[in-house]
Amino acid sequence: MEELLSDYFPILVFLGIAIAVSALMIVGSMLVARQHPDSEKLSAYECGFEAFDDARSRFDVRFYLVTLLFIIFDLEVAFLFPWAVALGDIGLFGFWSMVIFLGILTIGFVYEWRKGALEWE
Amino acid sequence: MAEQFANLFEGVWWSSYLAPTILTILLILAITVPILLGVAYLTLAERKVIGWMQYRKGPNVVGPFGLLQPLADGLKLFLKETVVPSGANPVLFLIAPMLTFILALIAWAVIPFDDGWVLADINVGVLYLFAISSLGVYGIIVAGWASNSKYAFLGALRSAAQMVSYEVSIGFVIVSVLLCVGSLNLSDIVKSQAGSGFWNWYFLPMLPMFVVFVISALAETNRAPFDLPEAEAELVSGYNVEYSAMAFALFFLGEYANMILMSAMTSVLFLGGWLPPFDIAPFTWIPGPIWFALKIAFVLFIFLWVRATFPRYRYDQLMRLGWKVFLPLSLFWVVATAGFLVAFDLLPTAAQ
Amino acid sequence: MAFAGFMFYIFAAITVACAVMVVTSRNPVHSVLYLILAFFNAAGLFVLIGAEFLAMILVVVYVGAVAVLFLFVVMMLDVNFVELRKGVRNYVYIGAVIGGILFVELAMVATSWSLGPELASISLGPVVGEVHNTRSIGQVIYTDYIYLFQGAGMILLVAMVGAIVLTHRQRAGVKKQVIRDQVARSSKDEVTLVKVQPGDGA
Repeated sequence: MEELLSDYFPILVFLGIAIAVSALMIVGSMLVARQHPDSEKLSAYECGFEAFDDARSRFDVRFYLVTLLFIIFDLEVAFLFPWAVALGDIGLFGFWSMVIFLGILTIGFVYEWRKGALEWE
Repeated sequence: MAEQFANLFEGVWWSSYLAPTILTILLILAITVPILLGVAYLTLAERKVIGWMQYRKGPNVVGPFGLLQPLADGLKLFLKETVVPSGANPVLFLIAPMLTFILALIAWAVIPFDDGWVLADINVGVLYLFAISSLGVYGIIVAGWASNSKYAFLGALRSAAQMVSYEVSIGFVIVSVLLCVGSLNLSDIVKSQAGSGFWNWYFLPMLPMFVVFVISALAETNRAPFDLPEAEAELVSGYNVEYSAMAFALFFLGEYANMILMSAMTSVLFLGGWLPPFDIAPFTWIPGPIWFALKIAFVLFIFLWVRATFPRYRYDQLMRLGWKVFLPLSLFWVVATAGFLVAFDLLPTAAQ
Repeated sequence: MAFAGFMFYIFAAITVACAVMVVTSRNPVHSVLYLILAFFNAAGLFVLIGAEFLAMILVVVYVGAVAVLFLFVVMMLDVNFVELRKGVRNYVYIGAVIGGILFVELAMVATSWSLGPELASISLGPVVGEVHNTRSIGQVIYTDYIYLFQGAGMILLVAMVGAIVLTHRQRAGVKKQVIRDQVARSSKDEVTLVKVQPGDGA
């Protein structure tokens, strides 16, 4: 247990150093370089036009569909990790157990495909 | 080495914490500084290589052969004004590039440079890398939203959907390698490829997965031909359009560090990490980290080569490739590999 | 171990503080970002009790996937959050009741350990030993708990179908690229060679 935690300690320190370095770079540049903001400079870039309206608007529902499908497949991958590591211990039964699981999800995948959900228009 | 170092502080009550902490910090600097140098010279290498491929010279003015160009670029970016657009959310606007940079750095904690040369030898190294790379999307989404600019917003959307799509096939590819290893530890993955030479590395038996992984790595790092998020012709470089000075530099550094990281991951998973290509005399004299660096450089060269060669994908083609080609192919390969290993009783069972 | 205890309090304090900020912050995007930070610290807590695999999966699935969707929804749907907040008062009571029940349950779990120390042995904490916990999860999940595992597969299938039924819209009049047809095209069917005499025109 002690050993396990000491493995993770460097990651914590690394995180601290990375945060410090990146903050230092931004703050350092802000202090060193001359800052002359004006309203034209600070307006959003829209190829020379004034910004018409707020950029945060509704967008195509397809992006949601992609992330939804991603969540499902990501969970599938999450189930595969322990299986890949332990397959030697659980043998043939474990193998077929996973094949059935993947088979069920393949039905869903085929459904997606046939419905055209994987196509980008 | 570590023990001698600890002895220096013997007798001081906080020595049990201080010595390892200082040692860790030194090790972290020993990793970070070469990576940042590598990133700086990768930008030069990119311009030089593409220049040569296009029968140009590339940067050649600053220093001999343009070798000081990255330093000049860095200095220039450092001395520029940091513009925070008036419509933006200032805190998130500056956190986004920091996030990209931080994630690209801390992932290196688990990469093994040689046998035992690893900062954090955690049992779930591969999962850690997978987790970090799945977070990369945040830097981009947050940047796109915080900028409050239409181009940045569209670029961020495209980028998020793209990275997410290729993440799945990367996951399946990693699983198919893990089946042959039976451990999530990166050093174990390299060691399981040891043998008499390069024919023991996984890129040969898993050639299709190797190809899928490299292409997915291109898409994951938003590199050409999948650089739609920053398509300069239509989105004027996408999510980082509003960025300037060091905030932009952090994005840039983070992206290139990610490229090097993906190459390192490719060499660990498929090209035998620090192992020499032939396990005989002249090759074994060269130390492991050099082989590892050479392999990383080779994969990076492929990245640059691809950029100089292929035109940009269209978005529907990109989605089709990810979801309709790579996903079924890698899923099939996982089942096929497992079936093969089970049928011929080749599974790694050794208790770790 | 003192350091681990110290880290526990840091992670726990940040998790709770973030959870409070999720509910109270005015900007919904900030709420989601605080939620992500809370997930992170929860992952840190998992590592502290030795559950490395769960910690990483928490980050991969919740932070890397679920929270991305949350961010998408919150950032880019122009939901009027001021409007939404008006109804909050009506839910306060039911929320308080649910929260109270949860609190009592947690208190019962915590006190039962101190009342009957032998109960602590049946709490299924990860045992850090020879076998890594990724492997030990793998050894039971697909064989001993096969019905639950297949049930999870079914739920994912339902989720997949549900996602498509709810969000998939076919747009009319879109030209699609059919790669198969493009590849199957042969020059013989498409190209004719015409011998043009000089002066005659095509």
